[in-house]
Amino acid sequence: MAVTKVVMPKLSEAMESGKIIKWLKKEGDRVAGGDILAEVETDKADVEMEAFGAGVLRKILVPAGSQAPVGALIAVIAETDEDIASVVASAPPPTAPAQAQPPAPKPAAMTSDRPAVPPQPRSEDFTTREKSPAAPGAAGRSDAPDAPRTAVAPGPARTSAPPAGAAAPAGGATSAAAATPAGARAAAGAPTAGPESSAARGPAAAGPTGRVKASPLAKKVAAQSGVDLHVVHGSGPGGRIVRRDVEAAVTTAAAAPAPAVSGAEYEDRPLTPMRAAIAKRMPLAKAPVPHFYLTTEIAMDRAWELREELNALEGQPKISVTDMLVRACAMTLLQHPGVNASFQGDSIRVYHRAHIGLAVALDDGLITPVLRDAQDKSLARIATEGRDLVERARARKLRANELSGATFSISNLGMFDVAEFSAIINPPEGAIIAVGAVRRVPVVDDQGLGVGRRMSMTLSCDHRVMDGAMGARFLQDLKRLLEAPLRLLL
Amino acid sequence: MAQHTTDVAVIGTGPGGYVCAIRCAQLGLSVTVVEDDRPGGVCLNWGCIPTKALLRNAEIVHLFERASEFGITVPSFQADYAEAVKRSRRVADRMAKGVEFLFRKNKITLLAGRGKLERPGLVTVAGGGGGTETIEARAVVIATGAQPKSLPGIEIDERLVISSNGAVRQEWRPKSLIVIGAGAVGVEFADVYAAYGTAVTVLEALPRIVPIEDEEVSAQLARLFARRSITVRTSVKVTSVKPGGAGVIVETEGERLEAEQVLMAVGRGARLDGVDAKALGVTIERGFVKASPRMETSVRGIYAIGDVAGPPLLAHKAMAEGVVAAEAIAGRDPRPVDYANVPSCTYCRPQVASIGLTEAKAREGGREITVGKFPFTASGKAVALGDTDGFVKVVADKKTGEILGVHILGPEATEIIHEFAVGRTLEATLEEIIHTIHAHPTLSEASLEATLGALGQAIHL
Repeated sequence: MAVTKVVMPKLSEAMESGKIIKWLKKEGDRVAGGDILAEVETDKADVEMEAFGAGVLRKILVPAGSQAPVGALIAVIAETDEDIASVVASAPPPTAPAQAQPPAPKPAAMTSDRPAVPPQPRSEDFTTREKSPAAPGAAGRSDAPDAPRTAVAPGPARTSAPPAGAAAPAGGATSAAAATPAGARAAAGAPTAGPESSAARGPAAAGPTGRVKASPLAKKVAAQSGVDLHVVHGSGPGGRIVRRDVEAAVTTAAAAPAPAVSGAEYEDRPLTPMRAAIAKRMPLAKAPVPHFYLTTEIAMDRAWELREELNALEGQPKISVTDMLVRACAMTLLQHPGVNASFQGDSIRVYHRAHIGLAVALDDGLITPVLRDAQDKSLARIATEGRDLVERARARKLRANELSGATFSISNLGMFDVAEFSAIINPPEGAIIAVGAVRRVPVVDDQGLGVGRRMSMTLSCDHRVMDGAMGARFLQDLKRLLEAPLRLLL
Repeated sequence: MAQHTTDVAVIGTGPGGYVCAIRCAQLGLSVTVVEDDRPGGVCLNWGCIPTKALLRNAEIVHLFERASEFGITVPSFQADYAEAVKRSRRVADRMAKGVEFLFRKNKITLLAGRGKLERPGLVTVAGGGGGTETIEARAVVIATGAQPKSLPGIEIDERLVISSNGAVRQEWRPKSLIVIGAGAVGVEFADVYAAYGTAVTVLEALPRIVPIEDEEVSAQLARLFARRSITVRTSVKVTSVKPGGAGVIVETEGERLEAEQVLMAVGRGARLDGVDAKALGVTIERGFVKASPRMETSVRGIYAIGDVAGPPLLAHKAMAEGVVAAEAIAGRDPRPVDYANVPSCTYCRPQVASIGLTEAKAREGGREITVGKFPFTASGKAVALGDTDGFVKVVADKKTGEILGVHILGPEATEIIHEFAVGRTLEATLEEIIHTIHAHPTLSEASLEATLGALGQAIHL
């Protein structure tokens, strides 16, 4: 049995460092492959980190609360008689907890300026809880060190990007902020000296993934009123957030649009980690990708009726319009692989599976969990899994592999009564569909004037991957499927 | 006529004034202070400090009386009240000298005489010798304090009707005394005189004694006073105080009481001689100078701190304001005084200390609260001391665990309260208190237990 190095996993595209929330195993514990070693905090989710090697957790190099760059050695698993001294000696010291990672380039293939860096588990000794998207077969808790690599089905080499679906369409950012805003306040406070000193006395809310300096009462009030302490300005000593700051934040939110601060014309709110990630990712998603848009209107009458009938069934999960869309898109994508595709620079990668990203709005941003292998899933299963993903997305409890790997995304703003809109493609996906509300409108058919249910959909396409007609044909088939929806049940 | 030019002139050297002066000096400002009495103000000379000396005497008398409980036989002892007052004066003198020392150490100029604020930036001092000095200052701090109030139509002659100022100097004690007003001053003197054998009657217009405290504190303190043969009458309105009988006849609505002396303890009012607020344009609100959170009055360059700036009329609040004023004058951005977090302390036996809201006030807000109470009878340390009267009561917000108020009646209550003062400053909740290990055996354990009680987790009850 070899010595297994446990490294900080790359849990999302833009992730450059992660914070160990806590170790679930302690030094000396025996671990088997698949055991959860620790919880890792990224800016979008708290993720369970799984052991890949078996043996004894000999050494923890990055204590709970500390940050480590992606790829950094954070622990060592080995048999008790193995000599791990040389491995341990090679480890760099962990970064202090409150430290925001500078947006400096990271080693290996982890540069952040490439929008579509694979979120694939990089190390030989670690993988996330579920396996890589396209390889359910490899999902066994294998001890084989290189299982994850073989697991990525279409075989993307590290330099070429596999699907990265965590990005949110409709203005979606990917799962991680590459350039975390170093705590907007931290910058304002003590832009001193080296990283260590600034970490040590970084004021206020510290780094985005770091400890928030807040009173116990402020934390409780924030938790109860749903205020994110990262966005609250601390007025206490050293920028500490106290109760009145949280209450002011609540009032500000409640009193909008009336300005909360009397007399102030504006206020500068620090970026939340998610907002920073979105801000960074969006230009990379929009500018280099030549978008074009195709809009169509779908007669949803039959789909609506079908849905009502399905929802009248006892013991079945409730089906939403989005669930039907996921199913319809997955089925149509298999027929139009050219739309289920990704631009790779010198090639176009065409996917044979439909991993659908679902844009989920959060209070301070959005996140796009991925429903995998939708082509193989029934409506009921899509409904169940979809709801689970959305709920956990809102609770920020997604696992890393659920944040990446989509081949196509759906953004539905129908619940906000949006008639139609266009979404921004989330690279490296080749297309995204933006869905408006199902509305009752007057329609003219052979029988004359009647009332029908109509829904607008706009497909945003990457022109490098496809042309107008290709997208239009996809849209046409999608429309046919939704208008004659019984096949969704097959 | 001597002229002084200084950065800051402070009128009054009570706890507000002298602290402000020292803080100004620390911040590099030149300071001149004016005092028409002795440095240290009422607190050091006639209030807090000398009364604590007297109360200590009262406590020792009480312990002698209880000596047999501890197996100590004291065949007879003499408690000379005059000696108690003399000791109290020595204590006060020593503290006042301490203030003079601090002035010298901080190179603060002390001018003896009555200060008059002529206009912003100009103070005249009428000295004892008849001369007048002037101080030109960039900023003037009014720290003139407060003086005892009386009831309408009743004159404090410091003979038959005395104030705390008179009582603290008076080397004899009356055989009987009527105390009008059962606030901190009233109950403290009632305690002292009663310990020395004076028949004390306390009259209070409000329905309970120590009326600003929690109702349970008032109720139990009243019971304990009654046990000590201190007569307590509440909801009593005094209609007249006249010489006669044993000394003074006090008439209330429906009753006629007699005593050798009356102690008027119905409160204190701002002392504003030397400050013509109207002419200066300084805003007065409810009889006190109105000051901003930076302690500046409505007139730029004129600051007001301490009792003259309004309630609570407490030395520690004055000191806190003095620091704020000094830092504001020095161009700093001081943290304003948190008036919701000023401990209130009364040094009768048992002591009363509180911070924050009473249970009744906390309920008025309409929020859901939780209350934990722990009696000192269940505290090992209190039983060992033989001081088991009283309790710690913690009032908290049920949802957040925010500590809304704490009320302590009992031994060393005034020392115990600070745990909660710090906790509230740091916005600790009940949980932070219960996760703080409290040393055993201590009186402070009662604080822990009361906090646990508010969470329904009291161990020792």
